[in-house]
Formats: sequence, structure tokens, C-alpha cells
Amino acid sequence: MDDARISRSGSSPRLWLAGGWLLLALLAAVLAPLIAPQDPLAQDLMLERLPPFWLDGAEPGYWLGTDSLGRDLLSRLIFGGRIAFIVAFAAASAACVVGSALGLIAGYFGGWADRIISRIVDIWMAFPPVLFAILLVAVLGTGLSSVIIAIAVIDWTRFCRVIRAEAMGQARMDYVESARIAGYGRIGIMLREVLPNVLPSIVALLSLEMGIAVIVEAILSFVNLSISTDDPTWGGIIAEGRLSIHQAWWVLVFPLITLILTVLSFSQFGEALKARFDPVLR
Amino acid sequence: MSAACLDIRSLSAVLPNGQRVLRSVSLSVQPGEVRALVGESGAGKTMIGKAVLGVLPTSVRVVDGDMLLEGEDLGALQPKARRNLIGARTALIPQDPLTALNPSRRIGPQMTDRLVRILGWSGERADSRIRQLLDEVQIRDPERVLKSYPHELSGGMRQRVLIAAAFAAEPRLIVADEPTTALDVTVQKQILRLIAQLQRDHGTAILFVTHDLGVVAKISQKVSVLYAGKVVEEADTAELFAAPRHPYTRALIAATPRYTDPYASLKPVDETVLAGLAAEIAAADQSWRPGHG
Repeated sequence: MDDARISRSGSSPRLWLAGGWLLLALLAAVLAPLIAPQDPLAQDLMLERLPPFWLDGAEPGYWLGTDSLGRDLLSRLIFGGRIAFIVAFAAASAACVVGSALGLIAGYFGGWADRIISRIVDIWMAFPPVLFAILLVAVLGTGLSSVIIAIAVIDWTRFCRVIRAEAMGQARMDYVESARIAGYGRIGIMLREVLPNVLPSIVALLSLEMGIAVIVEAILSFVNLSISTDDPTWGGIIAEGRLSIHQAWWVLVFPLITLILTVLSFSQFGEALKARFDPVLR
Repeated sequence: MSAACLDIRSLSAVLPNGQRVLRSVSLSVQPGEVRALVGESGAGKTMIGKAVLGVLPTSVRVVDGDMLLEGEDLGALQPKARRNLIGARTALIPQDPLTALNPSRRIGPQMTDRLVRILGWSGERADSRIRQLLDEVQIRDPERVLKSYPHELSGGMRQRVLIAAAFAAEPRLIVADEPTTALDVTVQKQILRLIAQLQRDHGTAILFVTHDLGVVAKISQKVSVLYAGKVVEEADTAELFAAPRHPYTRALIAATPRYTDPYASLKPVDETVLAGLAAEIAAADQSWRPGHG
């Protein structure tokens, strides 16, 4: 009856803008060796601090300029995107699976399960997340897998809290009681009746968490605790750009814009997806 | 061998603080009969329904009494066997059609799912069955309804779907928990008529929970009047309206608003009646010991 309204909200500009940027960034990251104009690690002191293409003194092939070691900024951003996306997908998925499962159990079963899980979440959230991440990576050692583990270990509580609250609300609904009366088992009801109703929230949170993972990875890179310093990362480039802000502002500004656009796109994309998936909202 | 469809014998339940919510409730529903359970909010009507269906809140504890479903003692069964028995022989028509359907699943699968997964019917059999039931509840465009999500249907439509779903598995007993309370007055009448129609056609016994004496008069053959978790009067419906014995019942009937003189007819229950009830309940609690009664 309201097909027109559904398709309009489904094709909201927000979904397409955010999705478009993410797709572009993801494709660039995946195809980095093919499309990066330069070797992201190649130093050339003759080409140091070249400005972006529209300013005087720019060199063709170095579209966004170079850093103080003469490395091509665009190529470094493209290669940095690889690590950003790997961390975003892996860490957010791990946090999502653990946090959503525990949240669903706590919210649906209540009682002891809820008390234990909720206390753990309370304790967990008392740690300042960034310090916790730095501590974890310091203990686990730097490297891609440590970063992913650290983010997942810290951020599962986000999923747990939200999904617990949603599952609790759903568990009180009459349809859950009707399913009990009909003879469904508790776990069956949790998975078949409750989970589909919290799924839109899980999707939105997952996308949001990917953005957060990108930020945390950048923070860890910024304090030199992410992966090896040779591989370009957005946080690493920002850290270097900070040092030469007066000589070459672009080294700081372009990775910041990339980071902000990506994080914003993840959160907006998640919200738009939620609106699209949720049969009641749309 | 004519076992009652539902036989509740001196059922008592308490809250964790020891407060009694059901006071030695006894009532029975014969096969094919509609038994109304009336009382004001908090009298324990819904609690009885939930007890029968095995979905009491965890905070409420049954401390006494038996419930027999077609002669089988629910209390004597293992939880799994009890669930299966209740699932196969009973159904619920819930109060609020807005929350009683899963919002994220289409109506069709939601209705057939129980027949297929719980009762082991084939998909085609379940499908033709629910179409037949949708026809019985006078849904004219079953195709659209089956493909809809619950939020795409009106409250009255959803309640029809829920009635169809309740009758689909041909249960022996249906608990109808204020099935018309959440609906518009105009829709209430149609829904009530539908329930009565399907009840007659299918010969299903119904425990009809309501606070509305007008509904009681229309649909039930027997009535139990509940106050503070205690059955204060039980009678044939016609008899109850013709000659109510308990003062509380008389007060309830007197309090029913009439169109001819709405303000004068809207009387609160008299204080002396309430005092009498309080004394009656105190006396019952005095003599009551868990396990004896």
C-alpha cells in the first residue's frame, strides 16, 4: 500500500552518499597495487613536500603532494585504507558476534545470566577505552592481529548493552509469550523470534563500530602502537603530518578528511540501513 | 469419562513477598463451553489464564492446587511434556493485537510456522488450513494479508489474524485474555461476534477473561466472578444476571452504565460491599495453610 514511501526512504541520499564513499574507499584499498600512482614507500628527497596538484610547484603524478620524505601522499592514503578496512571489518565483526550473543542471552533469559553479563559489562566499561587499547597492544605486542583483538576486546560491550536492552523489550512482547504457549523452546524463540527483531540494531551498530575501529586504529597508529611503522596507516600519516603542519599542511589535512569521511560514512550508512531493514521504521 | 476440558482445583499462588495473588481458585470449563472470568483490574483474571497456559511470570509461585487439562494433571507432568500438551491442546487470543504478532515476520509464515514446526503438519496442509481460517474470520484478501507485515494491518485485522491462528490447530481450549479491550468499540462488536461464531463452529471451550459484563452476557454460558484472587460467585450466565447472589456481583451489575441515564447509572461499588469482601478474604486467609487447601 505504501510502496512509494518505502522506496523513497530506501533510496535516501544518505544511504547512497555514505555507501558511495565507502565503496570508493574500499575499492581503492582492495585494488591499491593496481591504482596507486606511486610506490607508497618510495622516498625521494628531490620531491619532498610537493604541494597538491592545484598549487604552484606540483608535479604530475603526485596528485595530493608528498610528505617530508618525498613519498606520494595519495598512494599512502590508498594503501593506508587497506589496514583501516581490514581492522574495521575484522574487529567490528568480532566485537559484534561476542557482544550481540551475550546481549541477546542477557536480555532474553534475564535472571542470573543477565546479572553476571551485566556486571562484567559494568566493570569493562569502567576502563577508559583508549588507554585500555594502548595497554592491550602493549601487552600483546604491536601488529595487525593485536590491534584487531584489542578493539574487539574493548568494544563488545557496546553491542552487549544495546542488544540486551532491545532483547529485553522484545522478550516482554506478547508474541514471545505466544511462542512459549505454542511450545517453542527458549533458545528457538531467542533465535527465531527475538533475533530478527534486534537485527536492524545489530546492523546499525556494526557499521558504527567499523567507524569506531577505524578511529581506534588511527589513534594507535598515531601513538605508534599499531602495526610496523613502515606500512602506511592513516593514523601514522596524521602523526607525521602533525610535525610538518607549517611546511606541508596537506600531509595532515588529507588523511584527516579521509578519516572523517570514512567514519561518518560508516555511521550514516548504518543508520540508513537500519531504517531500511526495520519493517516498522520504514 | 466426561472429563472437564479444564479443571482448576483450589489453585493458590503467591508473590515473593508472600502476598497471595490467587486464593484457592476453583473453576472448570466443560468441553465446548464458554466460561467468562470477570473481575476488576488486578483481581487475578489474567494470572489464571497465564497459569493454565504455563506462562506465569517467574516471580509468581503456585503454592497449592491442581490444574487438569482434559483429565491430565499438568502439575504431575515433566516440564517438556507439559509444554507439549499445552502447545497441542490450548491456544491464546491475546489482549493486545499490536504486540502479539512478531513485527519482523510476515503474517503467512508466522501462522503456518507453528502448525509445521510444532505439530508436524506438511507445508501445504498448513497453508490451506490457515487460508480456510482466514476465510472464517472474514478476511477477504488473504493473499495480501499473508504477505503483509503486522504493522501494515489495522488492529482489527490483526486480531482477526490472531483469532484465526488460535483456532488453526483445532485446540480444545482457548484462553481469550480481554481480546476486545484494545480495539475500537465498533470493531469490538465484530470481533466478539467472530469469536462466538468460530467457537460454535469448532466446538472449542473458551476461558474468556474480561472486565466487561456486557461482553459476559453476550458470549458466555458460565461466569466466575473474581475479586482479589478469590472466586466470590460462580453461576450460569443467565442466572447470574437474573439473580446475583453475592453483594459484589450485584454491585458490579448495578455499576454497568446505561444509555438511558449514563450518569446516574455509573455507580462505584458500595463501601459496605468492599468492607464485606475484605472481611471475607481475611477470613479465607486465616483458615488457609499451604498444602491444605
